[in-house]
Amino acid sequence: MDSMTFIAVASIVTAGFTTGVGCIGPALGEGRAVSTALSSLAQQPDASATITRTLFVGLAMIESTAIYCFVVSMILVFANPFWNHVIAQTTGK
Amino acid sequence: MHLSPDEIIFWQYGFLKLNATIVFTWGLMLVLAVGSKLITHKLSTGLTRSRWQNLLEIVVTLTEKQIEEVGLRHPKKYLPFLGTLFLFVALAALCTVFPGYEPPTGSLSTTAALALCVFVAVPLFGILERGWGGYLKSYVQPTFIMLPFNLVSELSRTLALAVRLFGNMMSGAMIIGILLTITPFIFPIVMTALGLLTGMVQAYIFFILATVYIAAATRVRKPKPENEATH
Repeated sequence: MDSMTFIAVASIVTAGFTTGVGCIGPALGEGRAVSTALSSLAQQPDASATITRTLFVGLAMIESTAIYCFVVSMILVFANPFWNHVIAQTTGK
Repeated sequence: MHLSPDEIIFWQYGFLKLNATIVFTWGLMLVLAVGSKLITHKLSTGLTRSRWQNLLEIVVTLTEKQIEEVGLRHPKKYLPFLGTLFLFVALAALCTVFPGYEPPTGSLSTTAALALCVFVAVPLFGILERGWGGYLKSYVQPTFIMLPFNLVSELSRTLALAVRLFGNMMSGAMIIGILLTITPFIFPIVMTALGLLTGMVQAYIFFILATVYIAAATRVRKPKPENEATH
């Protein structure tokens, strides 16, 4: 396997794994956050405005970890610096 | 398929490039500025008012209330900056209903610029409110050991603001692009509607996070009661 194939395989497999594995943690975290917010909403409906706002901000914070993984895998697939380097070298020769 | 609207270039002259990000940002700025000017050039204080004035009043009042609820006591002072952030990001997301439009917030340059604005504004408002000493002292609280962590958190949350907005807007456009090649019939419309919702939520998140950061920087802690009688 030459270095070009190796880089392609490594990039694609890693991109899949990054999003796949990276979504598990945020999914569990968001589930916990929403379930806790729902039970506190059921207990104290008066505080719904504060709870909802805090929930949204918290969800965005949790979700951003998944978004980071997504951005990394998108970079690996569409704007891979190692792949561009290899392409530049092979065409330059 | 392209990663960001930076790659669509309308006009190029040597080093100068006019890409879709800049063009759409200018378009949004024009819409916001000219629209606000047109609406506010004849304001009425009576009972009869135009519907556009009503719309602007709703936006301004709601923004002010949200800022106040987070804990800033004088929302008028922060309204221009925070309200502009919210309106720009919200309009950038809302305009995706027009075909051929690419949200400029789907480019990392735009979101990085917005996050840098917040990065600069937080210490600025903090110093204005508490003075140099009071603001700089907040970095060594509760102990001196926390100084590097506070500095790192300042940088990392700026990065997080930029990448969060970029990732969300970019993923919306990307998912629609992928779905158009797989199921081009009805499903992309559903995802576009979801993208609209996500865009509005992200605009709100960006606004509320900036407000929370400014509120944390300007909060004046009460001095500890020293001569309290202990029984």
